Formats: sequence, structure tokens, C-alpha cells
Amino acid sequence: MSLSTAELDAIYLTLALAAITTVLLLILGTPLAWWLARQRAQWPALIEAIVAMPLILPPTVLGFYLLLLFAPDTALGRAWEGLTGSQLAFSFSALVIGSVIYSLPFVVQPLQAAFQRVPARLLDTAATLGASPLDQFRSVAAPLCRRSFVTAASLGFAHTVGEFGVVLMIGGNIPGETQVLSIALYDYVESLRFAEAHRLAAGLVVFSLVLLFALYRRDRRDSWRIRA
Amino acid sequence: MSGLSLQLDCAAGEQFRLQLACELPATGITAIYGPSGSGKSTLLDCIAGLRRAAADSEIRFRGEYWQRPRLFVPPWQRRTAYVFQDARLFPHLNVEQNLHYALRRRHRDRGVSLAQVVSWLQLDDLLAQHPASLSAGQAQRVAIARALLSAPELMLLDEPLANLDHAASQQIIGQLQQLNTDLELPMLYVSHDIEEVSQLADQLVLLEQGRLAAQGSLLDLCSRLDTRLSREDQAAAIVVGTTAHHDARFSLTELDVEGQPLLLAGPRLAPGQLRRLRIPARDVSVCRQRPTDSSILNILPVTLSDMLEEGPSRVLLRLALGSQFLLARITRKSAAHLQLQVGDRLYAQIKSAALLMEPVPEDG
Repeated sequence: MSLSTAELDAIYLTLALAAITTVLLLILGTPLAWWLARQRAQWPALIEAIVAMPLILPPTVLGFYLLLLFAPDTALGRAWEGLTGSQLAFSFSALVIGSVIYSLPFVVQPLQAAFQRVPARLLDTAATLGASPLDQFRSVAAPLCRRSFVTAASLGFAHTVGEFGVVLMIGGNIPGETQVLSIALYDYVESLRFAEAHRLAAGLVVFSLVLLFALYRRDRRDSWRIRA
Repeated sequence: MSGLSLQLDCAAGEQFRLQLACELPATGITAIYGPSGSGKSTLLDCIAGLRRAAADSEIRFRGEYWQRPRLFVPPWQRRTAYVFQDARLFPHLNVEQNLHYALRRRHRDRGVSLAQVVSWLQLDDLLAQHPASLSAGQAQRVAIARALLSAPELMLLDEPLANLDHAASQQIIGQLQQLNTDLELPMLYVSHDIEEVSQLADQLVLLEQGRLAAQGSLLDLCSRLDTRLSREDQAAAIVVGTTAHHDARFSLTELDVEGQPLLLAGPRLAPGQLRRLRIPARDVSVCRQRPTDSSILNILPVTLSDMLEEGPSRVLLRLALGSQFLLARITRKSAAHLQLQVGDRLYAQIKSAALLMEPVPEDG
């Protein structure tokens, strides 16, 4: 039982989307999480709430607003088309943007929790030894939180792989462009091709289980590292 | 070169406020002594820049402002090193990497080398270990080594011996004294342990409830009657003597204190060394005539320079021994009986005196 070209395309697309999203999330989420972890004021709680929204909102709500935002007649849509020459809605790029927003809490929250547990006294010590704030982050906080980066990246990746509602709303179902695994699975079910549906569904179950097992098993080892 | 000039106003916590203005020497070891909650650590934090004193505060070190209105030099640009009560080694680095951390970021180019520091503090066997596997004393030695490697111009130590056993403390005290002399590195040393302070400090700053209570040389402050040191139960004068000969028959070493012999029980000491002695006030009594048949060995001629009544029953005496001073705590009844007057010539009977440093091996 080998995979069809369409299925291979969907797998490739899903992995590419998850990988690009994860990289972007680490780049954006790390400074955001560090900033949130170091704020003592009340108002950053609003930013935290916004970051956490995708956890509780139906993905279709996010997808619906993004669809409106990406439409060719909005400022963003026009600017995108002016820059790239192609429409933003129903494109791979739209999926990336949607996924970054949708998976943001899965990356920011573990990082923020880990950063909050970096002892301030170690950062102070680094400061008296001549380390600037960026240096303190790079040489003390980041290594102490190394496993949280792995956790954050894994969760962000896995969650993006499992995304459905947002993708359906803003990506449509274009093979090779926006048809990711969860959509392909949905397609099979709609057309009553249960054997193929089983293959994809079981594959996703095994993938998620293996990834989470590896993460949780690792969390039971090592003592000095900061966990999230 | 001028030292460290401070004019600080720093609120720390709800109740507490540190307010003081003083000049501290940028040489030797200056102990900052006071009860807990008197602002000792807050003072060091302000100097290191880890805590920001109020905007009108001023901190100037060797002519350079670290803080003044509209200027705040961040801690990583002040040339201090800070040794904390907990060693605060970086847990993700081994000992050698912890040392390299400081070396790579050193405050100035000239400074001690890794090899020197490792040999001074005897770290050879520890280099590959991780902080979690070190004893408290070992960890603190690594922390001191790391602080030295950052090539500071001022070393701040906040109760670095508080978690150590006696032997480890004594070892580190000896090493700190040696380093202070060899490197000409000024140190500010926070402690609430007068014994430690007496061993180490040249200068003393007394803090009480966030205020400067007194400041001066250790020997002077310890023998004054008007500080909280003399009010403490274990009040003691510190005197300096030179080791003279050793009496092997009775295992006694004679020290020359202001031309007077002072005998100490204990091991042989090489002659000609300067030594600090701690003489508790409660172990000194006075008499008008030199007793001849006393079991007390050390009876020195002194002059009563000052006296202070302590409550209804006790009197504290300050006794001049040449240019140095002893303290004696006696009963008010005895003082009345002897009709003591300032200026009286007396004999001080010293029941106990202790060397402040255990003898260091000759090669140490």
C-alpha cells in the first residue's frame, strides 16, 4: 500500500508549513516570551491574553477574520499583491501567517514559563561579571532553557501539523499549494474513501504520540535544566 | 587616588530605607558590619548597580561616577566583582567554564591569569566538575576565583562564609587576606560575624537601620565605648602584637604588644610576625597593684582612658596599652570599690586572649 502523489504532496506541504512556521515562531516568540517574562507591570497581561486566544477560540473564528484580512480588496491584500504579484488569500503564504498566529501560544507559553524560572540572581551575577542584557540572555538564560526551546519548537511543529480549521478557512483545498494532511484526510472522509482516510489518520496519531512521548520522557531526566 | 565616595538614598522594601553618605578607602579590606536588616546587602547592591538608588544619589569610584543625577552606569560596565553568600555558579557550565565565563568578559586587560587563580585557590582537581557536585566551601572558592578573573577594581563580598564550616571559612579568610595584599585589590566585605570581621578587616563601617553608625579603623572602632560593638555581649578589643620567642617547656608563645610580653598557649609561631589578637572585655579585670601570686599569666600596666556605665550593674572600661586599647567589663560595685577615675594607672589581668588567625603553615 504505497502513498499516492497527492498524499506525498500533502505530506511534503504539511512538513514544510510546520517547519517554516516553527522557525518563524522561534524567531518571533523568543523575544516576546522573554519580554513577557521580565515585565512586572499589569498591562502586559493583555498581550498574554491575546497570545493565548488561539487556545480557546474555535480555529474557524481566527480563520474567518484572517480571510477577511487577506482578501484582495483589503490594504494588506493589495500590498501583498503589489509586492509579490500574487493573491494572499488561498496561498501557502497565507497558511504560514495563519499558522504562526494559531500556534503562537504553544511556543510562547513554554518559553515564557521557562524564562520566568531563570533565577534573577544568576543574571545579576552575569551582569557583575560584565555581561550585557543580551549577553546574559544568550549565555545564561538560553542555555538553562535549552530543553524548553525543544519543547516549544516541538509543540509548535506538532500543533501546526494538526491544524485544520484555520487552514480550511484561509487556504482552501488546492493540491500542492494549500492541501495539507488534515484537509486531505477530510477530503477522503467526504468522499467515503475510508481506507485512505485511515492511513493518514493513523499516521498523524503515531506521529503525535511518538513526538510527545519523546518530549515527556526527556523531561524525566536531567536535573539542573529548567523545564517547561 | 581617591576611594569610593557614596551618597545614597535607596528604598528597599516597604519599611526599609538606606540613607548614608561616606567615603570608603579603595585599599585594604573594609568590613561592613551590622545586624541583619541594617542595609549591608542593599549597600553592596547599590555599589554594584544591581539596585538603583534614588535619582539624587551619587556613587563615585576613583574619580569616576557610577551614579549621579541623570547618569546610571549599568552593572556590567562597573568594574566590580561580586561574591555572594550562595556561590551562584552557573549550573550549565562546569568549573572551568565558569572561570572562562569571567575571563572572556573581564573588566580590563591586565589581570590575573587562570593558572594563577587556580593555583591560589587550589582548584586543579575541581576544574572538570559541575557546580552541583561541589561542597559549599569548594563552590565558594570557585566563586571567588571567578570574581578575580573578571579583573575587577573593587571586590564586593556579601557574607561569603555564611554557609561554610569553620575549617573552610578559615581557609578562605587566609586566602582573601593574601589576595588582598598580593593583588592590591580593595574589598568591601559584608558580615554580621564580628569574629570574621576582626580577622579580615582593616577598616570598619557600622550600619544600623540603614544609617551609618560609625566608621573607622577596626582597631579603633573595636575599642571605642560609644558604638554598638562595645554593647554586645562578646565585645572584644583587637590588639596587634609581634611574635617573639616560644617556650617549648610550657608550650607558650610570647608576643610583644607595645613593648609588653603577652603569653599565649598553643603551637609554635615563627618569630617576627605581626598578629592580631582578640581580647574579650569580659575576660579582662583590673587591679590597682600588680598581683604577685595570680594564676593569670598576662598582667599588663595600662591607663584608664574612659569608662561607661552599662545599666545598673556593669561598667565598661577602655584601657590604654601604649597606643593600643583593651576593653574590660567589670561590675559597678568593683568600679566604686576601686574608686576608678579616668587617668588612673592600673594593671589589666587578661584571662584569655586568642589569635585571630590560626597559624598558617610556613610555605602558605
